[in-house]
Amino acid sequence: MFGDYSVGDLGAIFAMQGFAGLILFSVYVLMALGLAIIFGQMGVINMAHGEFMILGAYVTWLTSSFVQSYVPSIFSGYFFIAMALAFVASGALGMLVEWALIRHLYKRPLDTLLATWGLSLILQQAYRSVFGAREVGVELPQWMLGSQQITDTIEVPINGIFVMVLTTLITVAVAYIMYRSRWGKQVRAVVQNRVMAGAVGINTEKVDRYTFGLGCGIAGIAGSAFTMIGSTGPTAGQLYIVDTFLVVVFGGAASLLGTIASAFTISQAQSTMEFFMSGSMAKVLTLLAIVAILMVRPQGLFALKVRK
Amino acid sequence: MLIGHQPQEFLLAVEGLTVSFDGFKAVNDLSFYVEENEIRVIIGPNGAGKTTVLDLICGKTKATSGAIQFRGKELTKLKENEIVQAGVGRKFQTPSIFDDLTVFENLEISYPRGRTVFGSLAFKRDDAVKDRVEEVAEMIFLKDKLKTYASFLSHGQKQWLEIGMLLIQDPDLLMLDEPVAGMSVSERVKTAELLNTIIKNRSVLVIEHDMKFVEDIAHKVTVLHQGKILSEGSMEKVKNDSKVIEVYLGH
Amino acid sequence: MIINSRFFNRSELLGFLSLALLLFLILPLTLDIFRLNLVAKYLTYAFVAIGLVICWGYGGILSLGQGVFFGLGGYCMAMFLKLEASSVANTKIQSTPGIPDFMDWNQLTQLPFFWKPFHSLPFTLIAILLVPAIIAFIIGAAMFKRRVGGVYFAIITQAIAAILTILIVGQQGYIGGINGITDLRTLLGWDIRTDHAKFILYFVEVILLFGCICAAQFIRLTKLGRILVAMREQEDRVRFSGYSVANFKIFAFCVAAMLAAIGGAMFTLNVGFMSPSFVGIVPSIEMVIYTAVGGRMSIFGAVYGALLVSFAKTSLSESFPQLWLFGLGGLFIAVVLFFPNGLSGIWRDHVQRHVDRLLTLVKSRKRWSGRSIAVGAPAE
Repeated sequence: MFGDYSVGDLGAIFAMQGFAGLILFSVYVLMALGLAIIFGQMGVINMAHGEFMILGAYVTWLTSSFVQSYVPSIFSGYFFIAMALAFVASGALGMLVEWALIRHLYKRPLDTLLATWGLSLILQQAYRSVFGAREVGVELPQWMLGSQQITDTIEVPINGIFVMVLTTLITVAVAYIMYRSRWGKQVRAVVQNRVMAGAVGINTEKVDRYTFGLGCGIAGIAGSAFTMIGSTGPTAGQLYIVDTFLVVVFGGAASLLGTIASAFTISQAQSTMEFFMSGSMAKVLTLLAIVAILMVRPQGLFALKVRK
Repeated sequence: MLIGHQPQEFLLAVEGLTVSFDGFKAVNDLSFYVEENEIRVIIGPNGAGKTTVLDLICGKTKATSGAIQFRGKELTKLKENEIVQAGVGRKFQTPSIFDDLTVFENLEISYPRGRTVFGSLAFKRDDAVKDRVEEVAEMIFLKDKLKTYASFLSHGQKQWLEIGMLLIQDPDLLMLDEPVAGMSVSERVKTAELLNTIIKNRSVLVIEHDMKFVEDIAHKVTVLHQGKILSEGSMEKVKNDSKVIEVYLGH
Repeated sequence: MIINSRFFNRSELLGFLSLALLLFLILPLTLDIFRLNLVAKYLTYAFVAIGLVICWGYGGILSLGQGVFFGLGGYCMAMFLKLEASSVANTKIQSTPGIPDFMDWNQLTQLPFFWKPFHSLPFTLIAILLVPAIIAFIIGAAMFKRRVGGVYFAIITQAIAAILTILIVGQQGYIGGINGITDLRTLLGWDIRTDHAKFILYFVEVILLFGCICAAQFIRLTKLGRILVAMREQEDRVRFSGYSVANFKIFAFCVAAMLAAIGGAMFTLNVGFMSPSFVGIVPSIEMVIYTAVGGRMSIFGAVYGALLVSFAKTSLSESFPQLWLFGLGGLFIAVVLFFPNGLSGIWRDHVQRHVDRLLTLVKSRKRWSGRSIAVGAPAE
């Protein structure tokens, strides 16, 4: 399949597709970060994670429409407001869901999976009832459009760079919260020994609720980023959930670094292959490769050998 | 003292056994030998690697290096179920039995027949099985509980049930991890009695903290500390070893 | 008497007889052929649900990819029927007569190699069972030998469902794409589209279903059934009792796959087409809810669960499409939170004791034998 292209062409293609994959990579990383917190740290499978992302996307869309109609003067900066709102909305819904549903199911991971699937159906239908079945698109401010010319053949979309920077910042913040802050220590303590953590005075219920909320909130931010590469519809989240789970599992569930590396590998593989074959075959091959690798190395790319 | 012996004389020969968890050596270059019909007790402070040694022998944990010879078979190369079939039985620290099955069914599952998929489909509950289950149930004081679901048993009864499940396997080497932990005094006495009956004609490897209990049953004691052997020999010898008193018995 | 030596205990016999009465007499006598054909369609999911009882309820292995096996069975059957419908005489207006119409539309000029054996019915019938079993074996062997289970297994099976759907949709020329394989007409010359044929096919399916119920019941009653339960609770203890846990899991998964495939093949026959919309993530997880609603440990419950949920889906999504997704979502949550043993649990806890009291006052002391092994049973 490479036969028709010269080496220079191929280099440019890989670079271009690579940058085109950056937004997908960012969405994956943000989605997977949220999942990695919820699944890797709490052991909860949240099948409705995609719907939390879509909530963030709808919030972004609402903000953009609102700002455009009423305060067009700040339109160039609306995206930052939208992201903050998306985080708050998804996070708040996450905490509500944790309180109403998840906390009853911590000892039954498979059942959590089914219950959150039910939740995802309800949310999808709720979006459809509120926002309509039609997909909505977000208008970007002027400065985020266009692209930066790097060489004659390679140019990088500006929103891609923007999202990348943003993702990096959020990742660093999450890493700090989970591994350096006192709160992160509490989360890990609760995960490792719930009873003991409670006994030493950690409010385990509160930790659970905020952890789940944080994971969902990050999904909301992922939704904001998502509006740049796709239009938002009630079922758009479902398309991403399996991919994201694979990203997390492939990376090794408890490893933040693994999550990022695997998001990068998967998004780049898919984006690069898409240039040479149909999108569906690229996806099939990517997913098949991941599943095959997971069958050989089920613990994922990064995993510690622990004393059990 | 042991050097010069041929390993073949022993039932179990552990040599140079090491396991490392991400750099931490839980068991470090450990060697010891268990003879036929010997009762060996492993003692040592918490984190000495006692349970890990049992895990390594029964295949639950894979060794980083070293050899475990059992009746001429290299156990480190076998899977857990193959190790059981070779004649090694293992009781866990916390009772691990099947709550949703009756006492009878718990024991029946351990009966060494029909262990393959299709073997278990064709398995018939004949008189040999029933008699053996009842015989063992009597030994473990649960004869009148055969129809009871295991979830309704007391902690001590669960421990006995697990011992019974091992017994029905009829292993050549029986490994017990703290068999009397968490038991009442009267249960303890009954368990000691039970152990004394079942250790006949087989070798036993026991982890135990209860020194009175250890003195009662041990032929030989191995003291582990930080994954290595601190001392080994008769209870009398070990008790008077200054190193042992310092790290373990002194407390 | 230590265990029931009979094949069905009293309450199971009751379940068996009432289900037989319902499916063999009541429904065929009261429903018109259109409705009866709908029931036949619902019942195809009952096969899948029974498989999940063995695999998930007993073995604790949750597969979110049963649609894969349902689809494989269905597609094998559809390929055979499609070849029969695409005889040279039927397709002489095509540019390449004798190949399925969708291939012709996609400029294929000859039958792909993997279609050729499906000219033979015996091969097709064997393939319906063997193809899913082999794929389940490969997935199971790869995962279970490496001790992958629980949620990881669920996610991997879900990914496989996604892969197969995308693959089928993307390969329109070879396998019919998003439309699936449609316009199926005859089975060995016998027109399956007539009312009479649908009536007969309904009974064929019900007989097969009872065969599968008995097979599942047999597995449940053997030592293998008890090992599955034991494994679900204390995998290590089973392993250290000398069993290869992986092999038992592979077996349960293969059985579930074959049952799903039978359901899929019957679906193709009853409904007259097969498409990727019955393969993917969404249908696969809906198959789990049938079992969950019926009661994950209950074979009869699975049949009722499949019937009731499908019926609710048809009637609700026809009249109130918005309500259906809310209802289905709520069902998932309610079953997990409030009725973990589904209908059979409700039956056991609230109805059965009254039935028991009515039937026999004398034998009430033997209550323990009627207690089925349940997830929700007191554990500690």
